[in-house]
Amino acid sequence: MISNELVELSRLQFALTAMYHFLFVPLTLGLSFILAIMESVYVMTGKEIYKDMTRFWGKLFGINFAMGVTTGLTMEFQFGTNWAYYSHYVGDIFGVPLAIEGLMAFFLESTFVGLFFFGWDRLSKLQHLSTTWLLALGTNLSALWILIANAWMQNPVGAEFNYDTMRMELTDFAAIFFNPVAQVKFVHTIAAGYVTGSMFVLGISALYLLKHQDVPFARRSFRIASGFGLAAVLSVIVLGDESGYTVGEVQRAKLAAIEAEWETEEAPAAFTLIGFPNEETRTTDYAIKIPYALGLIATRSIDEKVDGLDTIRERKRHRIENGMIAYENLQILREDKNNEVAKAIFEKHKADLGHGLLLKKYTENVVDATPAQIESAIKDAVPKVAPMFWTFRGMVFCGVLMLFIFAASFYYNMKRDAHNQRWLLKMAFWGIPLPWIACELGWVVAEYGRQPWTIASILPTHLSTSSLTSGQLYGSIAGFALMYTTLLVIELFLMVKYVRLGASSLHTGKYHFEKQGASHV
Amino acid sequence: MFDYETLRIIWWAILVFLICGFAVMDGFDFGIAMLLPFLGKTDDERRVMLNTIGATWEGSQTWLVTLGGITFGAWSIVYAVLFSGVYAGLLLLLFALFLRPVGFDYRSKLACSKWRNFWDWGLFVGGTVPAVVLSLAAGNLMLGLPFDLDAELRSTYDGGLFDLFTLFPLLCVLVGVSLCLMHGATFLHWRTENVLAERAQKIIQLSSLAFIALFVLAGIYIAFGVEGYKVTSAIDTTITANPLHKTIEKGAGLWLSNYGTYPLLLLAPIVAIVSALLTPMLSGKSHSASAFVLSSLAMIGAIVTAGGSMFPFVLPSSLNAVSSLIIWDASASHYTMKMLLLATIVFMPIVLAYTIWVYKVMRGKVTVEQIQANQHTMY
Repeated sequence: MISNELVELSRLQFALTAMYHFLFVPLTLGLSFILAIMESVYVMTGKEIYKDMTRFWGKLFGINFAMGVTTGLTMEFQFGTNWAYYSHYVGDIFGVPLAIEGLMAFFLESTFVGLFFFGWDRLSKLQHLSTTWLLALGTNLSALWILIANAWMQNPVGAEFNYDTMRMELTDFAAIFFNPVAQVKFVHTIAAGYVTGSMFVLGISALYLLKHQDVPFARRSFRIASGFGLAAVLSVIVLGDESGYTVGEVQRAKLAAIEAEWETEEAPAAFTLIGFPNEETRTTDYAIKIPYALGLIATRSIDEKVDGLDTIRERKRHRIENGMIAYENLQILREDKNNEVAKAIFEKHKADLGHGLLLKKYTENVVDATPAQIESAIKDAVPKVAPMFWTFRGMVFCGVLMLFIFAASFYYNMKRDAHNQRWLLKMAFWGIPLPWIACELGWVVAEYGRQPWTIASILPTHLSTSSLTSGQLYGSIAGFALMYTTLLVIELFLMVKYVRLGASSLHTGKYHFEKQGASHV
Repeated sequence: MFDYETLRIIWWAILVFLICGFAVMDGFDFGIAMLLPFLGKTDDERRVMLNTIGATWEGSQTWLVTLGGITFGAWSIVYAVLFSGVYAGLLLLLFALFLRPVGFDYRSKLACSKWRNFWDWGLFVGGTVPAVVLSLAAGNLMLGLPFDLDAELRSTYDGGLFDLFTLFPLLCVLVGVSLCLMHGATFLHWRTENVLAERAQKIIQLSSLAFIALFVLAGIYIAFGVEGYKVTSAIDTTITANPLHKTIEKGAGLWLSNYGTYPLLLLAPIVAIVSALLTPMLSGKSHSASAFVLSSLAMIGAIVTAGGSMFPFVLPSSLNAVSSLIIWDASASHYTMKMLLLATIVFMPIVLAYTIWVYKVMRGKVTVEQIQANQHTMY
């Protein structure tokens, strides 16, 4: 039997490395686009200051990009090192978008990133601009494919189990590409990246405005960030709402947990604004509810029900029982693949095989599960409410704050008066961490909410790990922690140094510290 | 489009192609990193060395990343068994690779010489350790890895990091390192001038001779000292199959049996040796670009030799030979292979085209004068 400790440590390592990776990804996504916009303005207007802006923000982009590449390597290999059974079981499907991501996106971004930095004197204006756009395209395409892969974990479509090879196999590539969950996720995630890039540029420009350092440079940067950021934050909120949570059972379980909808309500369901979810009594204490809102947001109708946790749990019982039958006949088929009776029964129940596998956590043979073990599996079959409830609200809270900051920045920008609003500039600067907090919380909602599955209703997390020892995991987690912490300290040190220097780091002789005769770097 | 059998052979070929692509494109980056603290006597010289590959190393490393993704998609169980099996080795590879992106980008951002020296050694580790680990892995693949598959195809692995360091794999490490050194020095010789180019030429001569001697030695070792593997049961190459449904024979010299079946394969070791022999001669006569092509061919020859000897094995098991993974039972489904082939046919030529274009844009020698004139923009 696989030890629970190994499973928990593997999850911990994946969560740590993935969340760490995502400290750098959203800034890469957003900043690459902002660089492309700035350089487009440079090429169209011919104003040198926009070239300086592209190069300066490009330096910060480079410091961040290096860390994104570093931590991304881990992600490409970690499915194999730590989730070997997962990799075998669903690699036939999950590996496809990853392979395409490499061919289509990684090559593009990593080839053109070099040219972005070293091509200024070797390329024509238009060629360099194209390079920058291709770099931005590459980063965004990479997000597309990895989110298609991730969406398949949440809502696995276009695949079937093959009892001969003991794995899931791809049957419909288009279904995976056009997975409705993938579309919502892609838009939501890249828009979150654009928000991150915008908040970064906005906040740092606000700092320069507060310090009266290179004001024309900072004002132009601030302007671009406030416009792009407002559009992006509106996209995140409007397009990234809960509409993706109505497809597939695991998505519905997430929605119910986020909303603390313990029992299915009459349509249209009320939206719980805030309260204290209580897992024991299965109620939300001190709940403040907005009538109809959840039904409207989630189903876009007034007469469709939103499933509550009770309904979802009750469906599990039936599926687990079917899954036991499927597993029993799979054993027979493995011995004799021409047994027609077993084949017929297996085919009938194979959609629930994954639910049978949930029992593997409690008994190796699945078919001999006791009623008490089945009850435990049902209880564990949906995510805990409180973590989902709070992380989601934390994310939304950050989003709303940023909406306010971008809206106010945009408004005062239109009035050409943003640089005099010191309260707003301070808010923008101190608001820099907001998009990162929102992004990380968002991933917790999406992935913690997927539990107890790695692949929704198909493969339980418990079965997905490699056959490693806890000792190996302690060792690797310690290694990652040490490497990543050291690198983060170095990265932040350089980032802060270059942010302080600002445009003077370009050594053009035109900017703040150079005019005062001070020399740096 | 293609039947299953053909697709499996094509995908084996693509795997070999990607390994060759990675070795040719990133091999010289590794070699230059190995030479960085030794050939570069001053900060400017080291910066010259780094800037010969500054704009392109990242694209080169993507070959490795894509190799990971392609193996995941087209050979899932190989990806699963190999990476989880050599767990510590793979982490070592990863941690060393971590030092590269940051090393390149951060090194020259501060003028402090301690800082720069620290990153130079970081880049040295980032280039040397991966070359060592990957050659070590190649050697161990030929010996077979101690893994087993249960009836549900869950793999277990019986061995640790230090079990990988046996005689034959260590010989492979020397082969790999000498190849990377030759390849890196050849590129340096092509893209630098004066003292650096002269120092590089010496390395080319030494490493080329070392490679040839070690490569021949490894061949002799394979003939007499390494147990090869052979499938003895009839295999239906056209259906999806379970790895556990076959029988395997083991014996010394079996890795050479393919040379009897496909005599053309003999070209691979011949190309490796002849190219390595010609590389120092051509670079000595200032045909640097041609020398680089030949050192690439030596790289390809050596990899095809190893891969071709093992065909159709991808991952033999020394613990339980039946669990060995071969191209007929470790592949993705027919449909997945078709889809991935389509993607490869569309995107690989595009990748090659823009890679060539970038090298064209960045062509020419890197000089100390250039570094001094662009203190703040170059690596």
